[in-house]
Amino acid sequence: MTAGILFARMEAHRADSHTLERYLATGGYQALRRALGEMTPEQVTAEVKASNLRGRGGAGFPCGVKWGFLAPATPHYLVVNADESEPGTFKDRQLLERDPHQLIEGAAIAAYALGVHQAFVYVRGEYARPARRLQRAMEEAYAAGFLGRGIAGSGFDLDLTVHLGAGAYICGEETALLNSLEGRRGEPRIRPPFPAVAGLYGKPTIVNNVETISNLPWIITHGGAAYDAIGPEGSRGTRLFSLSGHIRRPGNYEVVMGLTWRELIHGEHLGGGIREGRALKAWIPGGASAPWLVPEHLDEPVTIDDAARLGTMLGSGAVVVMDESTDVVAAALAIVRFFSHESCGQCTPCREGTTWMQRVLERIVRGSGRPADLDLLLDVCDNISPGLRWPPAMTTICPLGPSATAPIVSIMRHFRPEVEARVAGGAGG
Amino acid sequence: MTAWPPDLQATAAALAARYPERRSALSPLLYLAMRQEGGVTREAIRRVAELTGLTPAQVQSVASFYTMYKEAPGRYVISVCASISCHLLDAAAVLAAVEEETGVVDGETDEAGLFTVERVECLGACGGAPALQVNYETVEGVTPEQARRLCRWLREERPAVVRADLMQERFGGQRAFDWGPEEPAGAVAPVPAFGPYGTASDVPGSEAGL
Repeated sequence: MTAGILFARMEAHRADSHTLERYLATGGYQALRRALGEMTPEQVTAEVKASNLRGRGGAGFPCGVKWGFLAPATPHYLVVNADESEPGTFKDRQLLERDPHQLIEGAAIAAYALGVHQAFVYVRGEYARPARRLQRAMEEAYAAGFLGRGIAGSGFDLDLTVHLGAGAYICGEETALLNSLEGRRGEPRIRPPFPAVAGLYGKPTIVNNVETISNLPWIITHGGAAYDAIGPEGSRGTRLFSLSGHIRRPGNYEVVMGLTWRELIHGEHLGGGIREGRALKAWIPGGASAPWLVPEHLDEPVTIDDAARLGTMLGSGAVVVMDESTDVVAAALAIVRFFSHESCGQCTPCREGTTWMQRVLERIVRGSGRPADLDLLLDVCDNISPGLRWPPAMTTICPLGPSATAPIVSIMRHFRPEVEARVAGGAGG
Repeated sequence: MTAWPPDLQATAAALAARYPERRSALSPLLYLAMRQEGGVTREAIRRVAELTGLTPAQVQSVASFYTMYKEAPGRYVISVCASISCHLLDAAAVLAAVEEETGVVDGETDEAGLFTVERVECLGACGGAPALQVNYETVEGVTPEQARRLCRWLREERPAVVRADLMQERFGGQRAFDWGPEEPAGAVAPVPAFGPYGTASDVPGSEAGL
C-alpha cells in the first residue's frame, strides 16, 4: 500500500533489492548518468527546487532552498544524516537495509549539484545491520565506477565515507552531528553561522536526511515538475510514516500526503485501526518531540502545514498511537526521560529542566505527587520554552529542551482531569 | 602498553586517511581500540590519543559523551529499549525478565564478564516493539518469556557470533518491517569493536569503512 517512489523496488524484489545487480536491472544509476552526462549542476539544483521536496528529517525545510544557501568557499561537504533516533522513527533504517543504492545514487546526484567531492553518511552506532548493508553497497558502487574517480565515465569525482555514531540522539541535530563527525562531543553549535556557510571543518556543508536524499534519483529521472504534481501544495511527493504503538498494523508506509489521520491510522491497508478493538486515545504525529493529537483531529489532513496549524508537526513522520488503556502520565514520563537522558548538558534550561520534569513525573506515577506539581511542571516547561507554544520558543542552543515540554503540555491540554486525579490522593513527595 | 599488531596499525592508518582531518577518525579508532583492548580502557584511550594527536583527556572527554564506548563491556551487551513505543507495549516487563534471568541490573556487568544489561533509548525498532539488541543486533517483538529464553541461550550456548536473523527467528515476533533476505553468514561484515563480542568473522574490505 504505497505510492511507489521510495519503497517500490524493495516491494517488487524482496530477495535482492539491496544489491547492485537488482538496482541496475531496475533502472538504477540512470538518473546519475543523466545528471552527469546531460545536465549542469545548476540544472540539477533547479529540478530539485522545482520538485518542492521538503526535508524529511524533522524540520521540513525545502531541500532546494537549503542547497541555495551553500557558500562559495571550497571545499564543500555533503553529509547524509542517518542518525535516526527520534523515538517512534524507523523509516531510514528500512531505506538503508533494503535499498542502499537508492541513497548512494541520491547522494552522488546531490554532490554533483553542490560541487562536493567528499561526502559522509553518518549512521547511528546502534544501526549495525543497516551500516553493513550500506557499506557493502558502497563497495559495490565503488567497484562499478559509481563512486570514486571519474564517475560513470564523467569527469566528476566523489568519495563517500560511512561514519558510525556511538549512541547519542543529539547527533541527529545537524550541528551536533558535524561536531561528532569532527571527533568531538556531540554538542550543538550556536547558529548562525549555519552549516551551509560554516559546517564541517568550518567549510560550507549541506546536511540532508536519508529519505530526502533517497528521493533524488526519482526526481532527476521524472523531473521536478512530476514530483511537484504529487500531493497537496506545501507537502509534495510521497512521505514515509512509521506507525507504532497500539496499532494493528505497525510498520513503515509510503503515502501521498493530504490523506486524513483517520485514513492513516484506521485505513485497512495502512494502520488498520487500534489493537484488540480498543478505542483511540491520542497519537503523537511526528516523533517524541511533537505535541500530541486526539480523536477530534482524526479528519484533519496529514500535511506539513495542517500539522503546524494544529500546533504540532509531522517531524520525522513517526506516528505513535495510544489506546484508551494508556496511562498518559507514564507515557509522558517515558518521553521526558528520553530527553533528560539525551540532553547534551550545554544549556541550563534543558539540562536542569528535563531532569526536574522527570523527577516530578516519576513521583506522580509513583503515587506521591502533590496537586501543586501540575503547575510546577508547567512552570518548568515555561522556563524552558516561554509561552508554551509551537513551534517552541527557544531559551537554548537547540530545540531538544523545548521539545521536551511537548508531552507535558499535551497531557495538560487534553487530559488534565486524569492528571489531576493522579495527584489528588498523593501523600506528597 | 603493548604494541598493536601491524595489521591493526595498518587498519588504523587507513581509517585516519579517510578523513580530511585525522581527529574525525576518533570514532572508528575508539571502536577499533575497544575491539583490541576489550573496552575503552586507559590503554585504549592512550593509543587513540597517540593516533589522533589529541591528549588522553580530550579522548576521554569525547568517549564518555557517547553511550556505546564502554570501558569493560560483558561478552554479550543486552540493550533493552524503553522509549515510548516500546514503553507502550510493556518494555518494563522485558527489562525485568532480562535482569532476572541474567542476575544483572540496568547499567551493570556481571563479575564473569558475560552479560552487560542496559535500559536504552530508542533503537529504531518501534514497529517491532518491544525490542532489544544483543551486541547491537536487533531482535523485535520480544515477550518477557522469549527474553528469558534468549538470555539462557546466550549463557548456555555462548555463540561466538550473534546473528540478528537467527535471534529474531528463535526469540522474536512482530517485526518493524519486512527485513527482506537474511544476511549470509559469511558476508556479515563486522563493525569495529563489535569483534570480540561481535557479529561475525572478517570479510575483505570491511575493515576500512566503518
